[in-house]
Amino acid sequence: MKLMDHIPALIIAVPLLAAFLSPVVGKINKKVVGILAALALGFSLIFTIILAVKILSVGPQVYVFGAKSPSLTLPSGLKFPIRIIFQIDAMGIFMGLITALVSFLGAVYSLAFIDKNNGIDKYYSLLLLLAVSMFGMELTGDIFNFFVFLEIASMASVSLICYKGTERGEPVEAGFKYMVVSSISALMVLFAIGIFYGEYDVLNMAALASVIKYSQLDKIALGILVPVLAMKAGAVPMHMWTPDAYSEAPAPITMILVAASQASLYALFRVVFSLYNITLNTLVVGWIIIIFGLLSMFIGVTMAIIQKDIKRLMAYHAISQTGYMLLGVGVGLAVLANPIALPEYGITAMEGGIFHIMNHALYKGLLFLTAGALFYRTGTRDLDKMGGLAHSMKYTTIFFIIGAAAIAGLPPFNGFASKLLIYESVYRFNPLLSIIAMVVSILTLASFVKVFHSAFLGPQLPQFKEVKEVPQSMVLTMAVLSCLIIFFGLFPDLIVKNLVHPAVMSLIEQFKYTGIVLGGR
Amino acid sequence: MLGLLETGSGFWNALIWVIVVLLIGAIVYYIRNKGEQGYKKNTEQDKPFISGNPESSKEGSHVSASHIYWGFTEALRGYYNPLVKMHTGNLNDYSGWIVIIMALVLILVGVSG
Amino acid sequence: MIGNFPYVTVAVSIGCGLYILMFQKNLIKLAIGINLIESGINLFLITLGYRKGGVAPIYTQAPAGKAMVLPTPQALTLTSIVIGVATSALVLSMAMMIYKHYGTIEVDKARRLRG
Repeated sequence: MKLMDHIPALIIAVPLLAAFLSPVVGKINKKVVGILAALALGFSLIFTIILAVKILSVGPQVYVFGAKSPSLTLPSGLKFPIRIIFQIDAMGIFMGLITALVSFLGAVYSLAFIDKNNGIDKYYSLLLLLAVSMFGMELTGDIFNFFVFLEIASMASVSLICYKGTERGEPVEAGFKYMVVSSISALMVLFAIGIFYGEYDVLNMAALASVIKYSQLDKIALGILVPVLAMKAGAVPMHMWTPDAYSEAPAPITMILVAASQASLYALFRVVFSLYNITLNTLVVGWIIIIFGLLSMFIGVTMAIIQKDIKRLMAYHAISQTGYMLLGVGVGLAVLANPIALPEYGITAMEGGIFHIMNHALYKGLLFLTAGALFYRTGTRDLDKMGGLAHSMKYTTIFFIIGAAAIAGLPPFNGFASKLLIYESVYRFNPLLSIIAMVVSILTLASFVKVFHSAFLGPQLPQFKEVKEVPQSMVLTMAVLSCLIIFFGLFPDLIVKNLVHPAVMSLIEQFKYTGIVLGGR
Repeated sequence: MLGLLETGSGFWNALIWVIVVLLIGAIVYYIRNKGEQGYKKNTEQDKPFISGNPESSKEGSHVSASHIYWGFTEALRGYYNPLVKMHTGNLNDYSGWIVIIMALVLILVGVSG
Repeated sequence: MIGNFPYVTVAVSIGCGLYILMFQKNLIKLAIGINLIESGINLFLITLGYRKGGVAPIYTQAPAGKAMVLPTPQALTLTSIVIGVATSALVLSMAMMIYKHYGTIEVDKARRLRG
C-alpha cells in the first residue's frame, strides 16, 4: 500500500471529501469553507502534476477500483476488464492539468468575489463537485462511468449558474436552458452506451476499442455521440445555451465552465480517436468536425462583435475559439488514414488544436476574471454604462490587455503560437479554411478593441469616481494566469514538445490507449 | 534552440520577435529624440483641434459600446438580421437544433459508409 | 416479432420526449419530456439484458442450470434512475423559480436572454 500508487484515486477523492465536508464546516465557521475548498483543489493540483510527471516519463497509468492491486486490470484470466478502471494517458493528464489549474484558481478567486453571507458552503460544495466530475470525465476509462460524471458535471454547473437565482430571474432561466440541453445530451450518450453494450457486452473503452467494427449500429452510436458532445462543447448551431449560461454564472464559475465544456470536447476526441480510430470513415467524420469548427469560429465571432454585455461577448468568443480546436483536430482526423499527409501536416494541425485547448482555458479564464473584477467594482456588465475604468483599476487593465492580445493571436502571447500551428498546417489541407481562421482572428481583435475602448479608455466617469482596484486574492489569480500566458507565449516549444505532442500521439496511436489495459495484444 | 517552435512549413520563435521589437523600438525612440524639442505650453498649441467646433465636455466625449462599429453592422445588415433572429432564446429552438443536427450527422455517417 | 415490441416502445417514448422538447411551451411539460426520454432509455438498457426464460441474477438463489438475465444493465439502469430523479428535481425547482421571478412558465415568454 504505497501512496504513490493511489494518486489517480486521490485526485478525485480529496475534493470529493471536501465537497461533502464543506456544508458541515460551514455550520461551524463560514470563513473557513473557502480556504478548505482552495486547499483541497490545491492538493489535487499537486497530485495531478506528480501524476503528469510520472506519465510523461514512464508511460500511461491505470488504476483499477476495488482490485487487489491498482494495476491488476485482468484478474483471473479474464479476456476483458470488468471493474471500473481509470486509464490515464498523456491526453487525459493534459486535460487533467487544465482542470486542476483552472478549478484551483477559480476557488482562490472566489474567496474575495463571492458574498460571504448567502449559501457560501453550498457554493464551494458544488464547485468541488464540478471539479471532481471534470477530473472523472477526463481520467476514466469506463464509458458508463463517463456518463455518470457527465451528469454530475451538468447538475453541479447548473446549480452554480443559478447561484444568484434567488435575487434575479435570468440566472435561473440560463440554468434551466442549460439543464434541458445537457439532459438531452447526457441521455443520448447513455443511449449510445446502451448500443455499445448490446453489441459488444463491454463498457471499458479500451476493450471496446479493440473489438469495434464500425457496423451499422456503431455508425448510429457515432452519429449520436458526435453532435451531442459537440453541443456540450458549444459548437454552432447548438451553441445557444453557451452565452446564456456563461454570462449569468458568477465569474469564477464561468472560468471553470469553460474547462468543463472542454472536458466534453476531450470526450468527443476520445470517442473519435481512441474508440473508433481508423475504422471509421475519417474523411467524412473529419469534415463534419471541420464544418462544426468553421461555423463555430465565424458565427461565434460575428455575434460577439454586436454584443453589449461584456460576459455575453466573451462567451461568444469562447464559442469561436472552440472552433479553432475543432478545426485543428478535425483536419488531423480527416487525414488520419493517409500515411503521407498525417506526419506532414496532420499531426501539426492536431498539435495546434490541442495546444489551443490549454491556451484557451488560460486566456479565456483570465478574461472572464477581469470581467468579474469589473462587475465586482461597478456592479454592471453592460458595456454602455462603463468607461474610463483604466484610471482606477490599473492591474485589471494590464491583465485585460494581456488576455485580449492572447485571444486575438498577437505575438508574443500564447494564442499566437497555437494559432500559427493551426494556420500553417491547415493551409496545406485546404487554403480556404486557413484564410477563414485568420479573418476570424482579426474580427476577434476588433471586438476586443471595442471592449477595451468602452470599458477602460475615455475620461473618468463621475459615477465611477470611488472605484478602487479589486482585492488582492483576485489580483493574484489574474497575475498567475497572465504569467502563464506570457510564459507559454515565449516558450511554446517546451509545452508542445513535452505535453502536447505526447497527447496527440496517444490520440492518434490507438494502441497506446488500449494497450495499457489489455496488455500486449 | 530555446523557444523554437517548428510548424512544418516554418518556425516561430517569440524570443527573436521580442528582440526585434526592442531593436525597432530603440531606433524609433532615437529618431523621436531628434525631433523638435520645445513647444509653447499653456497656449493654443496645447488644445485639441476639432475643425473650429467647440470642445465637448470630457464626460460627454466618451463613445459608448453600442456606437462602436456602427458602420460595420449597418453594412452587414443582411447578414446580421437573420443571424440575430436565429438566436431567439426560445428553449424549443435549442432542442430543435440538436435534433436537426443529430439527424443530419446520422444521415451523413450512415450514407458515407 | 413480439420480442421486438420493447424496442418499438423505446423508439416511441424517446420520439415523444423529443417532440415535447421541440414543440411544447410549458416548462413542466419539458420536464415530463426529459423524463419520457429517460424512461425510454432505461427500458432500452433493461431489454438488452433480458434473456428469454431467465431468472433474477442472484447467484446464491438461482436454481442450477437456468439462464440468468444480465446483471450489468440492471445496475446501469438503477444508476440512471437515481440520476434521473435528481435531474427532475432540479428542473422542476428551477421551473418554480422562473415562475416566481417572471410570473410565467411559458417558454416563449420566459426568454430575456437572447441575441
